[in-house]
Amino acid sequence: MALRQFGTAAAVAVSLAFAASPASAAIEIQWWHAMTGANNDVVNRLAEEFNASQSDYKVVPSYKGNYPDTMNAGIAAFRAGNAPHIMQVFEVGTATMMGATGAIKPVYQLMKDAGEPFDPKAYLPTITGYYSTSKGEMLSFPFNSSSMVMWINKDELKKAGVNDIPKTWPEVFEAAKKLKAAGHATCGFSNAWASWAHIEQFSAWHNVPIGTKANGLDGFDTVLKFNSPLHVKHLQNLVDLQKDKTYDYGGRTSTNEARFGSGECAIFLTSSGYYGTAKATAKFDFASAPMPYYPDVAGAPQNSIIGGASLWVMGGKKAEEYKGIAKFFTFLSDTGRQARLHQESGYLPITKAAYEKSIKDGFYEKNPVLQTPLKELTNKEPTENSRGLRFGNMVQMRDVWSEEIEAALAGKKTAKEALDTAVERGNAMLRTFEKTAK
Amino acid sequence: MEKSTVFNNRLLPYLLLFPQLVITVVFFYWPASQAIWQSFLREDAFGLVSEFVGFENYTGLFAQPEYYKSMLTTAIFSTLVALLSLSIALLFASQADKNLKAAGAYKTLMIWPYAVAPAVAGVLWFFMFQPSLGMLSRPLRGMGIDWNPLLNANHAMILVVMASVWKQISYNFLFFLAGLQSIPKSVIEASAIDGARPMRRFWTIVFPLLSPTTFFLLVVNIVYVFFDTFGIIDAVTGGGPAGATTTMVYKVYADGRLGGDLGGSAAQSVVLMVIVIALTAIQFRYVERKVQY
Repeated sequence: MALRQFGTAAAVAVSLAFAASPASAAIEIQWWHAMTGANNDVVNRLAEEFNASQSDYKVVPSYKGNYPDTMNAGIAAFRAGNAPHIMQVFEVGTATMMGATGAIKPVYQLMKDAGEPFDPKAYLPTITGYYSTSKGEMLSFPFNSSSMVMWINKDELKKAGVNDIPKTWPEVFEAAKKLKAAGHATCGFSNAWASWAHIEQFSAWHNVPIGTKANGLDGFDTVLKFNSPLHVKHLQNLVDLQKDKTYDYGGRTSTNEARFGSGECAIFLTSSGYYGTAKATAKFDFASAPMPYYPDVAGAPQNSIIGGASLWVMGGKKAEEYKGIAKFFTFLSDTGRQARLHQESGYLPITKAAYEKSIKDGFYEKNPVLQTPLKELTNKEPTENSRGLRFGNMVQMRDVWSEEIEAALAGKKTAKEALDTAVERGNAMLRTFEKTAK
Repeated sequence: MEKSTVFNNRLLPYLLLFPQLVITVVFFYWPASQAIWQSFLREDAFGLVSEFVGFENYTGLFAQPEYYKSMLTTAIFSTLVALLSLSIALLFASQADKNLKAAGAYKTLMIWPYAVAPAVAGVLWFFMFQPSLGMLSRPLRGMGIDWNPLLNANHAMILVVMASVWKQISYNFLFFLAGLQSIPKSVIEASAIDGARPMRRFWTIVFPLLSPTTFFLLVVNIVYVFFDTFGIIDAVTGGGPAGATTTMVYKVYADGRLGGDLGGSAAQSVVLMVIVIALTAIQFRYVERKVQY
């Protein structure tokens, strides 16, 4: 305690000294993020370019570990009274951030206060919808977005006698059986991110609710609904195919993506952000295709939802600092810059103009793989079930859902029992969250 | 009379104890009391809303079937890890105590794994036994064993037990070796002259004389499996599949850090603390009686 007071006193003394000096430096904006490797370079380059473009503000990016680590670091810093200005938070942390009224500064408010030109309609609705209130007020600024696609090993499919890329789930099951017969004994098809694939994306793609209140977007008093007959049927299909490894479970996160790159699994559902790794590791002809659907479901496929992260602005900062953050966001939204970011990194563009520019540039003719997630996201006008999702405690809830999927696949529970329990346990967590987020 | 002459100054003994007491208070009593206080609160992750809820976190905890499951998992996990790491370390130590050519190198190699961080140990084992790419799971699959810790609860448990045991053997080995070397050679030689074979010598002479070390290690190992293994579990299985490797301490971590449920997590750590205190007390009350100092 005494140490912290000393620290504060020292900080005050130092800042006073700086304020007193006539040649006061640019206003610093702290940006905490979770990007590694090539993506870390993207972050640093953006900050450098912004800092070089003007002299009033200085964006200082710092890496704080993986997504949960960064979020926890930000929360701990907030509790200690020295939160960063901008914090990168993954999509499943959205509800937690939203629930923290007072800890955050909504982006639409920020832009209004700073008097920066800002038109929410300029952004792709399936991306901003995830980070906006039901009234369309944008709360955080989308940064890196991706969606789920089906990765295809074209060479192996051809060898197994599958001539067309499967479009529906029954076609995928058939193709997987042929692949298995053609030597893929341990894996016909698989996926990463179990709950994202088979609960979240699956529901949006088939236009069925994950939960009430537009999947939680319209209120924290949401109740989970993903134990419908369609969900049970799908999980049952996976359970049946798991028995002889026509389907082989690929875990809760992305750790088993290498099974696609190694050629073991020739059909693999995972993030469109896998593109960079696929390009670097896969020694075969690969493609990405839209996620499969059940053709007997009316209206399917609907549209997919996004994953990735957005930038949250923390509350309790000075007005001139907020002005700098607003300027930085305007800088990020620039069409040329967005198009370049998208084409170089494989992240989805966040503005409509950047998407259109990439089409005009003829970028997708050379890189059709990168257009698949965009086609999925813009497939149809989003509905209540496909705008996005916002559940409190989502980080841990995903683990709970995956646990139940695992129980079903291991034959410990029936598909129906597993999904019922997942819904029940999830609802209990939602009620706890509702009590704290008022 | 004699004792009071040791410390003429009445303050000096307290002064000498002071550093240790400060460490105990700062690193144990203070955080522990914080945990107890927090277990009666319901807070959001940011600490914006904080409400006193009495025993609600505890009643909520004991209403979860998953919590009882994690208790059972902990019982199985800790028994296996403590038993295996102690017995394997004893076997290795008794072999290393013999007159070997490369005893020094052998001992150094045995101690190395202790320097490895739990998360690193976890990742190491995770990669070796990753179902489709792991260098040790391929031969397993080749032998017709459908090795799959991603879905098979027993396989996942075997994996975390192996990783935790491997990590702890070094520590136990070190103490057993020191214990063995302090046993007077004359006692063992006397029994050898009386005609006792090596196995009999071990069980009737060495093992009883080693009992203080064994008892100490038992207590330390129980504390290790209860508190220190969540890093390994997090890296190897993430508590899965279907919660099969979610021990009590891993659940504390998952609910508090991943779930942001600080009150519920604090309640769990209080329960855990009570259990470990009780276990240690039982060990001192009943097991220690059989120890021959």
